[in-house]
Amino acid sequence: MSISRIEAAFAKCANADHSAFVAYMMAGDPDLAQSRELLMGLPDAGADIVELGMPFSDPVAEGPTIQQAAQRSLLVRTKMQDVLALAADFREVHSDTPLILMGYANPVHHMGWSKFARLAAKSGVDGLIIVDLPPEESQPLAMALADNDIALIRLIAPTTKGARLQQVLSGVSGFVYYVSITGVTGAAIPDQQQVARAVKDIKLHTGLPVAVGFGVRDPQTAKTIADCADGVVVGSAIVSQMHKKGASSALELVKKLAEAAHGNI
Amino acid sequence: MTDNPWNNSPDTEGRFGGFGGRFIPETLMPLVLELEGAWQEAKTDPDFIAQMDGLLKDYVGRPSAVYHAMRLSEHFDGAKIWFKRDELNHTGAHKINNCLGQVLLARRMGKTRIIAETGAGQHGVATATVAARFGLECVVFMGSKDIERQKPNVFRMKLLGAKIIPVTSGTGTLKDAMNEALRDWVTHVDETFYVIGTAAGPHPYPQMVRDLQSVIGREARAQIVEREGRLPDACVACIGGGSNAIGLFYPFLNDKNVRLIGVEAAGRGLQSNEHAASLTGGEPGILHGNRTYLLQDDDGQIADAHSISAGLDYPGIGPEHSYLHDIGRAEYLSATDEEALDAFQLCTRLEGIIPALEPAHALARVGDLAKEMGKDGLILMNMCGRGDKDVFAVADHLGVEL
Ligand SMILES: Cc1ncc(COP(=O)(O)O)c(C=O)c1O
Repeated sequence: MSISRIEAAFAKCANADHSAFVAYMMAGDPDLAQSRELLMGLPDAGADIVELGMPFSDPVAEGPTIQQAAQRSLLVRTKMQDVLALAADFREVHSDTPLILMGYANPVHHMGWSKFARLAAKSGVDGLIIVDLPPEESQPLAMALADNDIALIRLIAPTTKGARLQQVLSGVSGFVYYVSITGVTGAAIPDQQQVARAVKDIKLHTGLPVAVGFGVRDPQTAKTIADCADGVVVGSAIVSQMHKKGASSALELVKKLAEAAHGNI
Repeated sequence: MTDNPWNNSPDTEGRFGGFGGRFIPETLMPLVLELEGAWQEAKTDPDFIAQMDGLLKDYVGRPSAVYHAMRLSEHFDGAKIWFKRDELNHTGAHKINNCLGQVLLARRMGKTRIIAETGAGQHGVATATVAARFGLECVVFMGSKDIERQKPNVFRMKLLGAKIIPVTSGTGTLKDAMNEALRDWVTHVDETFYVIGTAAGPHPYPQMVRDLQSVIGREARAQIVEREGRLPDACVACIGGGSNAIGLFYPFLNDKNVRLIGVEAAGRGLQSNEHAASLTGGEPGILHGNRTYLLQDDDGQIADAHSISAGLDYPGIGPEHSYLHDIGRAEYLSATDEEALDAFQLCTRLEGIIPALEPAHALARVGDLAKEMGKDGLILMNMCGRGDKDVFAVADHLGVEL
């Protein structure tokens, strides 16, 4: 069911003639109960796909907002098992919304690629993004995930060009994640024209949907990016709202972002 | 040495056995691939080699001497102890061997902005020095805790024109400085060259840093053979990320009868959970671009390292050491804060050489090894840094007010 759940979600959005809105949040921030409340509310607030961050002590691609969220989560001793349990809770209630886990290689490696893939599948996880696992290093995990029908979603960066673009895009599954800026999460505002060009280039090599993220912070940017991609991802802004105002306020923001991404503003 | 099997390590993917590799965000992948190509080209280019050799001689002051530490040898009443004196290099440590090569490579690649991480500040000072020599912009990331305990080096870097960025994320030490340098590199991809200070990071760094630091072992091997008429029984070096150690060990890897011994920082003791001994107390994992032994908890979160020496306060180790450890070619011991402080004072009193706290860790084990080997033994230790930077910290630990 897993990979097809991702396909179905993008297809549904395409039929409704709008982009998919992808909401990112950090598991265990500020604690498991509150992050569960946010997670459970995301589909009704308009998220077409959910990315659940797995906390890591040394997240090199993250800006301060998500770094600190990970630290808060680790401070209350969130474990990989807890993240998987959150995923399972989500899947029990939301049978259609794809759930993607996003994080760094070491906690997954430490658990063991195969064991992780098995447990993630059991928890209803549909896809995985490991930021520090480029295609050159991902084969053992990719095989374990394929055995469990979980998509390994690859990142394309503005620096990925020419022959490498083709190489990275061969063997992708689920969707393609385009990192819209050279920088850490939440750092800068993406340039729409540059993003549009990049998405077009990517689509020359793959039929999969392309979601764009890393610098999108507000409804206006979400709308402009949604205009040129199949999906738009917002992370830092949601994490920051959650930290400052709590789950219900973060869900309000998700509603606005989703409406913008769906072209309803 | 055409049949040197070690010439084939790492493989084309940067693997030393199961260690190494390139575990980095996609944004950086094209950059490290470009770097790898540039390094393979530069290191066999006669012009580059000539430029390197000229600066190593006139600017760094190479070759560094080897010195028979006679009074220490007498004191331990065992093997003959020789120091490879890389603390006599310009800027006071082995770090400049590596910085010089990387900055020359940066210029060759047309990069205009140099960034570096630093723990003890020695790598930061060496990088700032070479950047000043070539008129390049230099930004150094340093943990806020390290800024506090290495004030003299912080000021030196500022004098040299470098910009110091204090890093407060995580524990405010070397690993966090490296995270922040990687984040900076992801952000400034076009003009920036990241000068990594130890034999770790994504391929090609572990290999490139080893290539550049191997000058230590090449010189020392020839010098000791000339002075003693034979190879040493053991080469000993301290291990932070492992650059001075791999620099000493590499040219001896084929000399099967030469023991290669790395000394990690045991901090407040290996049982205390406050140490920096990744090989002795860690497990294989993935951090800062490579798969290697790491201090981590049972959920794969990176643990805090501790050492009195800021230069050893790192929860990982270069991947080639992980490999040499697993195949048994090198041995890895450890020394505590206390033992390093004792060795620091002993060396100062007996030899008139104030060692950095990092090689003081190596020296702490050299005493035992000398006794164990007996009078016929011959030990070559890398005195990889001088202790001027540490006098304030040592005074503090000894309860002396300056
Ligand atoms: C004098 C000295 N020795 C050793 C080290 C540890 O680094 P490595 O293990 O890479 O030689 C440092 C690091 O700052 C240092 O300053």
